[in-house]
Order: sequence, then structure tokens, then C-alpha cells
Amino acid sequence: MISAPCLEVAVLVLGTVILLIESFFSKFDRRYLGYAALVGLALIFLATFFIAPQSTMSSAPFWNFYSADATSLFFKRIALATTAGVIVMMFDFAPLVSSGVQGATPQSGLGEFFALPLFTCAGLMWMASAIDFVLIFVSLELVTISFYVLVGFTRRNPASLEAAVKYLVLSAVATGFLVYGITWIFGATGETNLQKIATVLSGTGLEQNAALFGGVLVIIALGFKIAAVPFHIWVADVYQGAPTPVTAYLSVGSKAAGFIVLLRVLDPFLILPQMQTLLVAIAVLTLIYGNLAALPQTNVKRLLAYSSIAHAGYLLVAVVSFSGRAVAFYLVAYLLMTLLSFAVLILVSQPAGDQLESFAGLSQRSPFLAFAMLVAMASLAGVPFTAGFLGKFLVFDAAIATHHFGLVVVAIVTVGAGFYYYFKVVRAIYWDAPPASTDKIIVSPLTRVALIALIAGTFVLGVYPQPIFDALAR
Amino acid sequence: MLLLLVTFTPIVAAILIMIGLPARLTAMAASVLTLLISAIIFLRFNATSGFQFVVTFPISPELGLNFALGVDGLSLLMILLGAIVLVAAVCVTGEIEHHENAFYACLLLIAGGAIGAFASLNLFFFYAFHELALIPTFLLIGIWGTGNRRAAAWKVTIYLALGSVILLVGLIMLYRAVPVSARSLDLRMLHAGQIPASLQSNIYLVLLIGFGILISLVPFHTWAPEAYASAPAPAAMLHAGVLKKFGLYGLLRLALPLLPDGARQWSGILLVLLLANIIYIGLVTIAQRRLDWMLGYSSVMHMGYIFLGIASANILGTTGAAILMFAHGLSIALLFGITGEIRKRVPSLDFDAMGGLAKAMPLAAFAFGLGAFAAIGLPGFANFAAEIMVVFGAFQNGFDYQHFHVFQWATLLALWGVVISAVYMLRAYRRTFFGSSAKSELVITDIRSGFRVPIALLVSVSLLLGFFPQIAVNRLMPTFRNYFSATQ
Repeated sequence: MISAPCLEVAVLVLGTVILLIESFFSKFDRRYLGYAALVGLALIFLATFFIAPQSTMSSAPFWNFYSADATSLFFKRIALATTAGVIVMMFDFAPLVSSGVQGATPQSGLGEFFALPLFTCAGLMWMASAIDFVLIFVSLELVTISFYVLVGFTRRNPASLEAAVKYLVLSAVATGFLVYGITWIFGATGETNLQKIATVLSGTGLEQNAALFGGVLVIIALGFKIAAVPFHIWVADVYQGAPTPVTAYLSVGSKAAGFIVLLRVLDPFLILPQMQTLLVAIAVLTLIYGNLAALPQTNVKRLLAYSSIAHAGYLLVAVVSFSGRAVAFYLVAYLLMTLLSFAVLILVSQPAGDQLESFAGLSQRSPFLAFAMLVAMASLAGVPFTAGFLGKFLVFDAAIATHHFGLVVVAIVTVGAGFYYYFKVVRAIYWDAPPASTDKIIVSPLTRVALIALIAGTFVLGVYPQPIFDALAR
Repeated sequence: MLLLLVTFTPIVAAILIMIGLPARLTAMAASVLTLLISAIIFLRFNATSGFQFVVTFPISPELGLNFALGVDGLSLLMILLGAIVLVAAVCVTGEIEHHENAFYACLLLIAGGAIGAFASLNLFFFYAFHELALIPTFLLIGIWGTGNRRAAAWKVTIYLALGSVILLVGLIMLYRAVPVSARSLDLRMLHAGQIPASLQSNIYLVLLIGFGILISLVPFHTWAPEAYASAPAPAAMLHAGVLKKFGLYGLLRLALPLLPDGARQWSGILLVLLLANIIYIGLVTIAQRRLDWMLGYSSVMHMGYIFLGIASANILGTTGAAILMFAHGLSIALLFGITGEIRKRVPSLDFDAMGGLAKAMPLAAFAFGLGAFAAIGLPGFANFAAEIMVVFGAFQNGFDYQHFHVFQWATLLALWGVVISAVYMLRAYRRTFFGSSAKSELVITDIRSGFRVPIALLVSVSLLLGFFPQIAVNRLMPTFRNYFSATQ
């Protein structure tokens, strides 16, 4: 049996070792560092199944801000799986990392590129366990700072730099909101531990408005992380400018961690009716804006950015309906289909760019990639027998069970809109004639295995969700 | 076991074709196999007991989710329809210029999805199997369609996706309305009287709109004629013949037995809408100037009669509705199949540009005539037997000797639809096959002799049921008797 905090430590050690090897040895194939990271992540993922239950552990003060319950373990696994998927994508993206840099060898910078996601991963895993505002803040900063570097990693590319600056400035603002909110809550309740805050809030004789104000500020900060409207302004430009694997990471990892924190923070606050109203409003705005803005997009990366806002909307519907199960399952489904679509995008866009036209006639250039993208788009749109559909099913179920019929009506319309823009990609793949250069696209064995695993996961979870429910209920 | 085979044969065949097996041969073998197995199920079916040939695999006890297949008289009839039309559709598929394997795979997926939906005993899979057909329909119309195919493909996809989501919400509302102790997605666990009357009205309305979009109930019908006019003939046969029946099947399977009070409350609105389907769409059909659009509208119009049977909410009317679903599937498939062949041979399907085709295509003319007579409801065809039952069932509803009520008036109005459909069908028949041919220099050959098989299949089954409707009635009666004994 392993103690839960060892997991984060192991990830950090793995990242540090890779950085050290990168710094002290020069003449070797940098891709081995990537393989090492993958193997290490896989081992740590396995280790999550042998974690000692929390009750048997000592009641040291440490456990006042760190939780090792089933939910946090579940989200740690999501973080690990996402990171592994992102590193696989980085192999395909590697040729672009040093492009445009004067005097660079083909592999310069690659070592850090493989190491940085590991630090992000450690931050995400801490966020999954954080039950105290101090740890929430610290782990969030670890995630954000490593993302600053990753977003601007291709620093000779102006779009990437622009994205990095935008992300830096707006994240800093969000962090400001978070700290300010935490101080208000601390001032009103005298606690930073979420459980103790809940106890204080449910008591009487409390300055409730001050705590509520703090709660709203925290939600604003988290709204930045999960890309909820109206805190979404950064999303489209940052997603489009960042290196594609990083975009995938932002879109899955950052969002998953944001939602687990949101669930935990809201737990004490949701008893206040004003908070409910606020969240419903945010969910409606996010659903409508994300889906409508995605409709006219012709750049696939940007389309996926808006679709990521849209999916934040469905997740918020589940949050408002108090359904942790729906949130968790939806995030897993979202992980599978988003990683799948970004992985295909990297391969397809390498010669031609991210435009929708690069997908034209993909079914003839690479039937396998065409099918993978079809599965991803079908799942994102919510076609049955895919994980995306079961996720939507659970979200609708939760919303109807809690009588949020207004949200249901909005969601019906936005799902319909979603079919249009996801099927635009399908149309390009299968209907449109390929451009003049119809070279076959070569898929490396590693990527092929990853894609097959993602496709299989999408289908299996689409009809057999029980493993996820079991993992959550442990 | 047999049901698993009949459901998954088309789907597995579709996957095998995509992997690389010879497309036409595999599709033919799979469809014939499907038909054989469903015929065996049909013959071995015991009319007296409830769901049969049941297979169950548990999936998620906390959701009440399992994978369960089973048939009663109603689903049995629909599965048989799906298998027959699938064989016919594969038979009439001619040379496909590009991506032949994908074409057949899409056809098989549509049929497999429809059959799976009819066989499912679980709401989740009932819904999911139907949606399986969505992407194949989009691709079939978009890639291999004719005319304004891209716009039509978008329209049908968005419409059906939206209808499906509304339906999904309705199904979840239904699931949530059942008290916790009995809550399940399994159809066998759901009984009349579980859902409080006060909740039924809203759920029925959502289901009616969701299913209504899928069935092309007025005013949600505008996708249908355009899609069927643009779709390749086999796709139109399967979609209009089989897949569209899913919505009606759902109303008969769920809405009538589980939500009787809701059905009663909305029956007035439903009567108005279905009369619009019959009379208004009937007149629109007469006004059509192209054969394919005319057929598309006629299939929308005939949905009105099936709705009338469902609205009547008695054994006679619903049995008639079920048989009419079957009969209409056969006749519309035949008509779309022949029209697809005519489309390949003439430059335009405009009535003004055609004429005299019977001289060059006697077999096609004969088959189209049979299909048209069946669609009109000529005695001897299954459509006639079914329409008679529907009309009597509807008329009988709330009948007293003092004065006519809304159902009697509605039935009288609906009867005029028979005249309307005779007008447009016979006119189309005359203008397509008789009269003087507009372009005599065109060399037109008759349809392949291989076409005799699907034509004979569709017509013989229709005639068989027309002369011996009790074959179906015997199997359907226990199902509907259960519905109405529990609610009255």
C-alpha cells in the first residue's frame, strides 16, 4: 500500500530527473526522455490502484489540507492519463519545436518540452487533492506557471508569443481574483479549510454577504480556468496560438482540475441560493456563446477552442445539478475525444496548417486518421455508442432530476448547433475532394497505438460506463 | 440468441465491409441471413406470451441500464419489415461509382440501427440504435445523393439530431417520473399507472414533439421530402420504409401504454396535426411537379393515417396502425426503388419531361403500378386491411348514436385523404409511364431482370398480409390488449 502524496512526489522526481539528464548530457536522442516520461507516468498510474485508504492514516495536520478520497484519486488518474496523451502528441509535434530558430539542432529544446508537462501534472494532481484554499492556490500557481512556458514554447512563432502574453496577463488577473476572494472568505469565516468553512457557513450569526462576495470572486477565478463565459476571452487566441499538444493539455487538464476545485469549493457555498442563480446564468451564457461562436469557424483548432467552451457549459449544467458523477464521467469522455481530435489535428496540419481545408479528402489520404477524427467528432457531437453521448445523457439526466428545465431547453438547442459544426469537419473529411497533393500521411506506431486506445476507450465507455462509476464509488 | 444474430448481422457485416471484404457479396449475404433469421423468429413466435427470445446483459445496476433484446408482436413485425426492406434495398443497389464499400456499410448500418432499436428492451439502447443511423444517412445523401444533395443532407441531419435530443429529454423525463423504487431504463419494468397523471401531460408533449420530428408530423415535416428526393434510392427505401417507423413505434411502445392520461389530453392537438398531414400535405403532394418530390410528400402524408390509428387509442386502431406501418414500409420502398431506376435513365424526373416510359420499361411500369395501388390502399394489399382497421378504430372512439364527436369528424375528413392519394398516385403513374414520350431519341432499357426478386418479395408480402391480415393481428393483439386492459 502506498501513501497518496507519494504519487505527486514521484511525478516531480520524474520531471526533475528528466530535466537533469537533459542538462548534463548532450549527445543522445532526446526522444528517449519522452519514452522515459511515458513509462514513468504509466507506472505511477498503476500505483494509483494501490493507495492506502485515508481512514487508516495518521491524523497529522497534513490531512487537513490534503484529501485522498476516491474522487481525488480519480482526478489524479485523469491528470496522469492526459499528460501521457499529451507527451505522445509531443512526439508528433517535435519537428516544429525548433523550427524557425537560428542555428538550432533538430532536437534542441525537446528535453524541456517533455519535462514541463510533468510539473504541470504534479500541480494538477495536487489540485485534485486540495481541500484547503492555501493548497488550492499553490497548486494552481504551479500549473499556471508551467503553462506560461509551454504556451510560449515555440518562441520564434509570433502567434505562440501572443498567446503566451495573453495567457500570462489574464491568468495573473484571475490569480488576483482568487487571492482576493480567499482573503474575503478567510476574513468572514476565519478558516481556509473547505470543510471548516462549510461548518461555519451553515451556522448562524455570520457575516454571510462577505463570505458570498469572496465565493463569487473565487468562482470568477475558476471561471478563467474552466473557460466559462464571460471569462473566456483568452481561450480562442491562446488555444490557436499555443503549440497543439499544449492546447490539448490546456483544454483537458486545466479544465478537469478547474472542475474538481469548483466542485469542492462550491460544496459549502451551494447552500446559498444566490450562488445557484449565478451558476445557472454562467452555464446558460457558456452554452450559448461557446456553441454559437463555434458555428462559423473554419480553423479547426479555433473550432475546438470554442467547442471546449461549449463543453464547459455542459459540465457546468452537471455542476449546478449537484451531480459529481456526471461531471466526472463527462470529463473522462471529454478527455478521450479531445485528445483524439488534437492528435489527429497535429498529424493532418503539419504540412498544410490548421484550416478546415487541410482535412478535405482525408478519407483518401489516410482512412485510419479519417475514422479516428470521425469518432472524435461523433463523440463531441454526442452520437450514441460513444462516450460523449453517455456523458450528455448523464448531464441531461442530472438536470432533469433537479428540475433545471430552462437549462435543458438551452442545452437542446446547443446540442443541435453542435451537430452542425462538428459535422462540418466530417463533411470535409468524407465529401470534399482532396487537394492536389494527396500524399499518404504516415502515422508512427506509438501514435497509432495511442489513437487506437482512445478510439477503443470512446466506444467502450459509450456502452459500458460501470468502471468509471466503480472508481468513483470506492 | 436469434435476436442477437438478427441485430448484429448487419452491423458486423458493415464493419467487415469497411475492413475489406467484397462489398456487394457480403451485404447480400448479410441481408439475406438477416431476413432468414427474422423469418424464423416470426414463425417460432408464440402469440400468447409477452416478450420472447429475450437476452439480457447487465451493464450498470445503478442506472438501471442493461443490454436487453426481446420481441413482442409489435417489434416482431417491425424487425421483419426492416429485414425485408434491407434485402430489397441491397438488391436494387446498382453500380456505385466510388467508395462502393462505404455505401453498402452505410446501408447496413441504417438497417442494423433500425432493427436494433425495434429489438431493444432498454430505453438507452432503444434510443442509441436509432441514432446509429444518423451519420450513415448524412454520408449517403451527401456523397451519393442527387440534386441539391448537400443542403438536403444538412437539413435532414440537423432536423433529426434536434428531434433526437428532444426525444432523449422526453425519455429521461419519463425515466425520472417513475417512483424511485421502480425506476429503470428497462421497458419490462415500466408499467401503466406508475407515472402520476399530473406529470404525464408534459412528458407526452415532449415525446410527441421528439418523435413527431422523426416521423415528419406537420409542422416538423419539411426535412422529409427534400431528403427523400435527394437520397440515393436504397437509402430512401430504408429511411422512409423502416427508420421513420421508429418514431411511430416509440409512440406505440412508450407513450400509449405509459402515458394514457397525457395521450388523452393532447389528442385534440394531435388530431388537428394529423389531419394537416393527411389533407394539407395531400394537397401539397398533388401540386408536386417532380416524381421524387411527389413520393417524398406522399410518404409524409401517409404518416397521418398511422397517427390516426395511434390517436384512436383502442385495440382496433392501434393494431391497424401497426400493420399500416408495415404495409407502408413495403409500398414506399417499392416506389422509391423503381423511381431510383427511372432517375438513372431519364434526364429529369419532371412530370412534363417524362411520359410513355411503359413502352420501354414494362417491368418497371408494372412494379410501380403495384406499388402505387398498394399505397392508395386498393383492396388486396396490406395497406387496405390496415387502413380499414385504422378508420374503424378511430370512428369507434367515443361513438354514440346521438351525435358525432371530434373523432368521428376527424375520421370522416381523413377518409378524403384516400381520394387525394388516388389522385396524385394515378396522375403520377399516368404522366410517367403513359402518354407520349417527350424525348423519343432517348434509348431507355428496362430494369434488370434481377429486380424481379425484390419486387416479388415486397409485393408478395404485402398481398399475403392483405388477404390474411390475421397473421399479423394474432401476433399483435396480446400486446395491445395488455395496454388497454391495464389503462381502462
